[in-house]
Amino acid sequence: MGTTATAGLDGASFLDAGRRRGILGWILSTDHKRVGILYLAAMVSFFFVGAGIGVTMRLVALSMNPTIVGPQTYNALFTVHGVIMIFLFVIPGLSAVFGNFFLPILIGARDVAFPRLNLASWYFFIAGAALAILSLFTGNGPPDTGWSFYAPYSLRTGTNVTLAVFAAFVIGFSSIFTGINFITTVHRMRAPGMTWHRMPLFVWSVYATAWVQVLATPILGITLLLVILERVFGIGVFDPAKGGDPLLYQHLFWIYSHPAVYIMILPAMGAISEIIPTHARRTAFGYKAIAYSSLSIAGVGSLVWAHHMFTSGMSETANMVFSLLTFLVAIPSAIKVFNWTATLYKGSIDLSPPMLFALTFVFLFTIGGLTGVMQGALALNVHLHDTYWIVGHFHYVMFGGTGMAFFAALLHWFPKMFGKMYNRKVATLAWFPIFVGFNMLYFTMLVLGWMGMPRRYFQHLPQFHTGHVVATVGSWFLVAGLLILFGNLVVALFRGEKAPANPWGGVTLEWTIPSPPPVENFHEIPTVTGRPYAFNPGRTR
Amino acid sequence: MSGPGPAAAAPHRDYQGAKIGMWLFVFTELILFGGLFLLYSAYRTKYPHEFHEGGQELNVVIGVANTIVLLTSSLTVAMSITAIQKGEKRRARILLAITLLLAAVFLVDKVVEWSAEIGRGIYPNGPELLKRPQGAIIFFGLYYTMTGLHGLHVLAGIGVLAVMLALLTKDRIRSDDYVKLENAGLYWHLVDVIWIFLLPLFYLAA
Repeated sequence: MGTTATAGLDGASFLDAGRRRGILGWILSTDHKRVGILYLAAMVSFFFVGAGIGVTMRLVALSMNPTIVGPQTYNALFTVHGVIMIFLFVIPGLSAVFGNFFLPILIGARDVAFPRLNLASWYFFIAGAALAILSLFTGNGPPDTGWSFYAPYSLRTGTNVTLAVFAAFVIGFSSIFTGINFITTVHRMRAPGMTWHRMPLFVWSVYATAWVQVLATPILGITLLLVILERVFGIGVFDPAKGGDPLLYQHLFWIYSHPAVYIMILPAMGAISEIIPTHARRTAFGYKAIAYSSLSIAGVGSLVWAHHMFTSGMSETANMVFSLLTFLVAIPSAIKVFNWTATLYKGSIDLSPPMLFALTFVFLFTIGGLTGVMQGALALNVHLHDTYWIVGHFHYVMFGGTGMAFFAALLHWFPKMFGKMYNRKVATLAWFPIFVGFNMLYFTMLVLGWMGMPRRYFQHLPQFHTGHVVATVGSWFLVAGLLILFGNLVVALFRGEKAPANPWGGVTLEWTIPSPPPVENFHEIPTVTGRPYAFNPGRTR
Repeated sequence: MSGPGPAAAAPHRDYQGAKIGMWLFVFTELILFGGLFLLYSAYRTKYPHEFHEGGQELNVVIGVANTIVLLTSSLTVAMSITAIQKGEKRRARILLAITLLLAAVFLVDKVVEWSAEIGRGIYPNGPELLKRPQGAIIFFGLYYTMTGLHGLHVLAGIGVLAVMLALLTKDRIRSDDYVKLENAGLYWHLVDVIWIFLLPLFYLAA
């Protein structure tokens, strides 16, 4: 693929064209680019709500005595923080935003396979979000079960679990339809010459994710449906008083929710696999290894769910099998990390804002991954289970991983999506408080958990107090950095300089079309003649 | 569907793509029920005796009759697709109408069957059921959940097939463009296949 051919394209930008003007032009548009931006706007809003709740919880921990909220509110806070961040931010995540916007462009297509279904997915997402918000203000108060809705407590609590669970069920449809759409798109819509091994790595990762979305989400659907049936009719399948087994709830829940972790992280890894070669001017090292490791993470990652349940009373055999499988999934993840590092070797590295966040991803994700392997060890797990260690690990993977990759991808593709360039200095400046604050907050959590601080506790013992104060101060840095980061982008949206078609010197297809892209993406469907990431033609493997 | 541009003139139509999408959706439905089959197998292992007794209580005659009704309806929808492929519009419409009728018969049977059981106090949290051992509560809990969810799928299928009938009438499904009807048929076969597993697991388990 060449870097030329930007000139001579006519057709108005997708931001200006369209039959309808104003808000209707957006919420009735089936243009995959507009749908991607609809997701972006919704998800960033939810992210800040979730982050606000997170900061509130940190403020609670600032004192050893009750201050701003009571214990019941605290239970609601960590539940709602989890539900919002998981179901409304990281699960749709990079796939819904950047997958929608860039998957068709990266394979040389004009849209996804089912554009109307695509818009319908967003409607399901928004309907689910509306129900989730409704569940906070109706019934007997917001749910207090934790985001995992564990039975039997979720069957008994008087809070508004039924509606919250139904909200997650509806959001599941959004995820399934997006998955079906992306799989079909990759199979049917590739441009001439775009063979499987010429697809950019982001496409591979979104494709692998789509399979997990299609195959795992229905299990969540039925599990949540059963919780609703239990609460409304009392069918008894998870109720020990009626002969049901709560352990089976945990199995069904994690059969979805562990693969869901890979729904969250795989597209993030794909975005990193785009950003690192582009900003290091270097062919992706081990293209096939990165591509196939996405598929194997999706495969093996679907078989590790019960490592969430080592202390729940499973058999020894089950514990050992799931521990082994958990260790195995570290291999494809490590393959990716090594290949990204090798890509940097002898590269011409531009420490641009997206690159900075991509490298931060690699650093933080490695910590998250290694702490995950530690939890996979049975003996250690008994000690670490249900402590702040788990909270720290999870945030290193989900926030340090998916979150940072989301920021990196946003900074990388923002000029293409909106045709505006942000202030690079400010974006770099935002990185410092984010990086420092993040590690103050979550590394301290790892330490606190190791010392024995249990998660989801409203109050703590004196020996944990210093750690809690450090973490809370870290959260302030983190939020300050986030505000600078997004403030900078909002300013750029209105006052930014016009972005060139190819600000980073990228060689994948999205950089061959104008910024922002025209409605039909390509004036003429391109013919692909070689591998992606051909930065030094003639010397690529 | 999209703005101006050279490609917008010709509508995008992809027979293979539509089929891939539908098959993927059928997978998700199978996995949705798969979670319930998983629970069934776990609880059947735990309460073999109660599951045996529970099965004896169900109305095998209605169960088998419904199986025949549903299998026949799958046949008629398949014949309807063949008819439209050959361009026989009238025949396709009649066959599809018969499918809808059979689906309605299935649901009526279901209502009769459930009403009888509910009348005896056998339903979740029902007075009669709560007197029974735990295994029986679970058996009937799963019975109502699984046949109920299946019934909802029959209802959804009726909706989909009714839309197809309307599209046939409006000539939107033709001998050169019938993938919608084919996909609706695929969905209907899925509903059928799930029932074929429900019948032995509940009615013939005794």
